Amino acid sequence: MLALIVVVPMLGAAVAALLPPGRLPWLLATAVSWFMLYAAAVLAAQSMDLGVLSYWMGGWQPPIGIEYRLDPANALVALLVSLLAAVVLPYAGRSLASEVPEEKSPYLYAAVLLFLAGQMGIAVTGDAFNVFVFLEISSLATYTLIGLGRDRRALTASFSYLIMGTVGATFFLIGVGLLYAMTGTLNMADLAARIPEVAETRTVHTAFAFIVVGVCLKLALFPLHLWLPNAYTYAPSAVTALMAATATKVAIYVLIRFIYTVFGPDFAFGDMPTVYLLVPLAVVGLLSTSVVAIGQSNIKRMLAYSSVAQIGYMVLGIGMATTAGLTAALLHVFNHALMKGALFMALGCIALRFGTTQLDGFRGLGRRMPFTMAAFVVGGLSLIGVPLTVGFISKWYLVSAAIELGWWPIVAVIIVGSLLAVIYIWRVVETAYLQSADDETRCEAPLSMLVPTWVLIGATIWFGIDTRVTVGLAERAAAMLTGAAP
Amino acid sequence: MSFFEHYNYHLAIVLAMIGLYTMISRTNLVKKVAGLNIFQVSVFILFISLGVIEDGTVPILSPDHEVYSNPLPHVLILTAIVVGVATTAVALALVVRIREAYGTVEEDRVHEQDDAL
Amino acid sequence: MDTVVDILLLAFLAICAISILRLRDLFAMTMMFGLFSLISAGLFTTMDAPDVAFTEAAVGAGISTILILATLAQTSRREQATPARSKLVPLAVVWVTGAVLIYGTADLPAFGDPDAPVHNHVGPHYIQESGKEIGIPNVVASVLASYRGYDTLGEVVVVFAAVVGVMSLLGLRRRPPGLRPARGKPDPNDVLKVIATMVVPVILLFALYVQFHGEYSPGGGFQAGVIFAAAIILYALVFGLDKARQVIPPKVLNRLPAAGVLIYGGVGVVTLLLGGNFLEYYALAEDAKTAQHMGILFIEIGVGVTVASVMLLIYFIFSERGRGKRPDEGNGDGDGDGDGDGALSRDEGGTA
Repeated sequence: MLALIVVVPMLGAAVAALLPPGRLPWLLATAVSWFMLYAAAVLAAQSMDLGVLSYWMGGWQPPIGIEYRLDPANALVALLVSLLAAVVLPYAGRSLASEVPEEKSPYLYAAVLLFLAGQMGIAVTGDAFNVFVFLEISSLATYTLIGLGRDRRALTASFSYLIMGTVGATFFLIGVGLLYAMTGTLNMADLAARIPEVAETRTVHTAFAFIVVGVCLKLALFPLHLWLPNAYTYAPSAVTALMAATATKVAIYVLIRFIYTVFGPDFAFGDMPTVYLLVPLAVVGLLSTSVVAIGQSNIKRMLAYSSVAQIGYMVLGIGMATTAGLTAALLHVFNHALMKGALFMALGCIALRFGTTQLDGFRGLGRRMPFTMAAFVVGGLSLIGVPLTVGFISKWYLVSAAIELGWWPIVAVIIVGSLLAVIYIWRVVETAYLQSADDETRCEAPLSMLVPTWVLIGATIWFGIDTRVTVGLAERAAAMLTGAAP
Repeated sequence: MSFFEHYNYHLAIVLAMIGLYTMISRTNLVKKVAGLNIFQVSVFILFISLGVIEDGTVPILSPDHEVYSNPLPHVLILTAIVVGVATTAVALALVVRIREAYGTVEEDRVHEQDDAL
Repeated sequence: MDTVVDILLLAFLAICAISILRLRDLFAMTMMFGLFSLISAGLFTTMDAPDVAFTEAAVGAGISTILILATLAQTSRREQATPARSKLVPLAVVWVTGAVLIYGTADLPAFGDPDAPVHNHVGPHYIQESGKEIGIPNVVASVLASYRGYDTLGEVVVVFAAVVGVMSLLGLRRRPPGLRPARGKPDPNDVLKVIATMVVPVILLFALYVQFHGEYSPGGGFQAGVIFAAAIILYALVFGLDKARQVIPPKVLNRLPAAGVLIYGGVGVVTLLLGGNFLEYYALAEDAKTAQHMGILFIEIGVGVTVASVMLLIYFIFSERGRGKRPDEGNGDGDGDGDGDGALSRDEGGTA
């Protein structure tokens, strides 16, 4: 099962490319994503029981061969990716059909499946070079998907992302190469065992720096986030929903994995000035992008900046270097994926009906598309951190972790961030409910798009109330990661 | 002392930096792609240097030799080269489309047209 | 002596790199790019990495250069000047990155040191055990196709992802029914035609050799696929795109990349069904070495099919897109020759 969760979407992509244009590629992609969800659920359950699952590709024992390795931390990520895929793909059928010419659908869905295979491959592998290969698979698919957006600015957005992303991936590769030079292995567990002997060397320090910078480019930490606003804004709606919910989260997972498992928290936080870098950048990032978000007239772009801000929260949690901080970060990884996925899907519904996501177009939308706007409002409340939503849970854990450390200024920053979110969400709410449009006919989104959006929004409320699963997994994962230092 | 033992690595790094500079500082999109390639190939040179062993030979087993260079970096770099050309192909496809949409492949001009919107 | 060769090659590479940076004539830059790639292939050879050299030469000096040329044929030939002001930030970034990297290499083992960690852990295992466990002399092939076969599957998928990308972005324009007729101009490339007719079959044969002999000498699916595509591209350059398109019918060619991926993945699925792990070749047959050989043979075929078809498809798509387009300040290169090729023939003279 551990192998299949990646192999099925990979081969599925090849099959999708062979199918004739029409609905078939979409059906195949949806079916594959549901299979992935099933597999991820099975694997998550197994890993809660057994701790660590291991699979040897080709039957070769690691570090001779490549190993797939699952523990509660990446089980959470795998679950997240497949859940989002399983919800966004049914939605995508209608949404993408209106934004991408039908004749391209085999390649479109092949790219979607490649993206999913790549993300899942990064999430479950135990080999550092394998991370690079699957990172590039999903990146190439992403460049393609963004470039299929209707606006010509999608092309430049994709190209910029390509350049920045490849530099990031190459930095990552340099780091892995330097590590290999000092330890002779590529397997992450093996690296963890061998790094301590050579941890004092300048090479290992440099390797750490390059890996962190490379990954931070992919996860859009300020100031390496420059590719994100354009990429999210101009990509097709369903693509943005899928990407916003998964790609940066998986990158955060990679950061966590390398800091905690490969290098170990003592090295990463003790020997290297990581905390002094991550925390300030996270704080500046989340404040500055929240402010920029307020000024945006294109709501998709506003949400993109909001995403960078939310990533700032996650990195803040990691930068705290405590189990509590890590738990909060992991929680927010999951919760934010739900929130943003749903928000972008709601935007996609609006784009379907109006062809635009400019704020002016939102006038009176509260009456014309009641369910869609309601979903948007709930998602927005979650972003702010209102109780009964998942956003509140993440912020709560984050604030507790900060209080535990006595970092009162940080608590203030988190609260200010929420207030800024109130402002940018309120602008939309005010326009939608308190202003009227010229034409007040109802034009609600089609069910095939509305239902998945509400499934995710429902999840943001459900998991905001019943936190056993998410908090349970996150706490277990954080405990294993911090306790599992070499 | 250690400078001369590492000359290979240093020279590869210099090459990589030339490539990186080309990629960042030039505005012509095709040049950026070329710079990206140079950056990547130089990193590959660095990697392969890591696998070299004194008095070693090509890692193809033969009765005449005992000491072989490490095959693992070769495999990794082979993969990386292919990944590189795949990226180049997609990048150039984007450049062609950008040219068709904007009439230019100079980054400045493209931004001008976008900002004018 | 080795050291001298090394330093010389690296110096040439540096000269190439700097000229690529500074040349404003992009056509010349592309030639330097091809040269850079070829010299680095030479460098790889002196560093005992012929498989890598082979791939770099075929892919870098071959495919990448051709794609850049195909792109230039549709865009402009000259680059605009960069304002001096905006060079400060890139310079700073590059100096910092370079300095950090050089700092980082300070503690690396010396170049060629046999006591380095890389020569004492996983590496020696491959060298010492692959003879018994897999039984083919080319250790790089053993690692690529078997020990780390899963990475190679990922690599094939990357190639496939590239063609999906290029097809989505550039392809699928409905071809006008009937082939475009030549525009009546007599083709002066007789010498090229004669040579090409003799050389193309040899190249194809060589591709097959590289594919199947890759276990015993440098080579394998990737290099073979690229060489195969190169043969057909050469044919296209000399005889015209339309004739080259007929070599492999488009309907078939469009499906081949996916087919290659499925062949490779299929081997893995078969091993799963036979009770082993994914891509565990031992499940395929009784005798260990036969099983490994079978597995490696089939996946290499998958690799070769995908790589050849992808390289060819991408070239065709770029060329067809460029049909009827003129580059800026064209000097007779690009589509100026009127035969609707998208093929570059510099000796046509100024027909912009």
